[in-house]
Amino acid sequence: MSLLSSLVRTIGRVPVARTQFAALFSTSPEWKDKLDKMVSSNKVVVFMKGVPNAPRCGFSNAVTQVLRMHGVDYDAYDVLSDEDLRQAVKDYTNWPTIPQIYINGQFVGGCDIILQMHKTGELIEMLKQIG
Amino acid sequence: MVSEELVHNLIKEKLQPSHLTVEDVSDGCGAKFNCVIVSSQFEGKPLLERHRMVHSALEGIISSIHALTIKTYTAEQFNKISSSS
Repeated sequence: MSLLSSLVRTIGRVPVARTQFAALFSTSPEWKDKLDKMVSSNKVVVFMKGVPNAPRCGFSNAVTQVLRMHGVDYDAYDVLSDEDLRQAVKDYTNWPTIPQIYINGQFVGGCDIILQMHKTGELIEMLKQIG
Repeated sequence: MVSEELVHNLIKEKLQPSHLTVEDVSDGCGAKFNCVIVSSQFEGKPLLERHRMVHSALEGIISSIHALTIKTYTAEQFNKISSSS
């Protein structure tokens, strides 16, 4: 009985611990599979608002400019055309904002991180490593 | 409505920064802030981890923020940047 009640208490507490475990609790298995495939569809993958030729947000635009400057070939997914994708990708990485940039299937960060890595030269190093 | 003061206070409380600026750049589209944070808690942590620390300091209000620009530095990095510019 005490085991059961402690289990109930644990489940009841899930919302409090949501940030920590969001990746485990809020991405459905279907979306997780889908996103696993999407982030490895190319060496560089971007989830953004709009499309590379017509970004619909300054932050997404900044990321496309930086990638263009480095002559990177990448896949881009528009979250504005799919509200479910928009929410799923945020839950997937437990990252609250768009754009999101993946290199070699790994989440690298959002606009601020990419810009800072661009300035420090870290981005070039990372891109060189993946060829 | 999320205020500059609230963002400032939450970051101050959680990250104990030695330098903090929170600038309200709301453009009519929603709450929008630029933050510069210098904290010893960032030492030895990669950028991604630092940004996550800021997100978690703002947990609860971040979903009401329309846009957030974050710059995170350690004291050493910040001194380097301020002296070179």
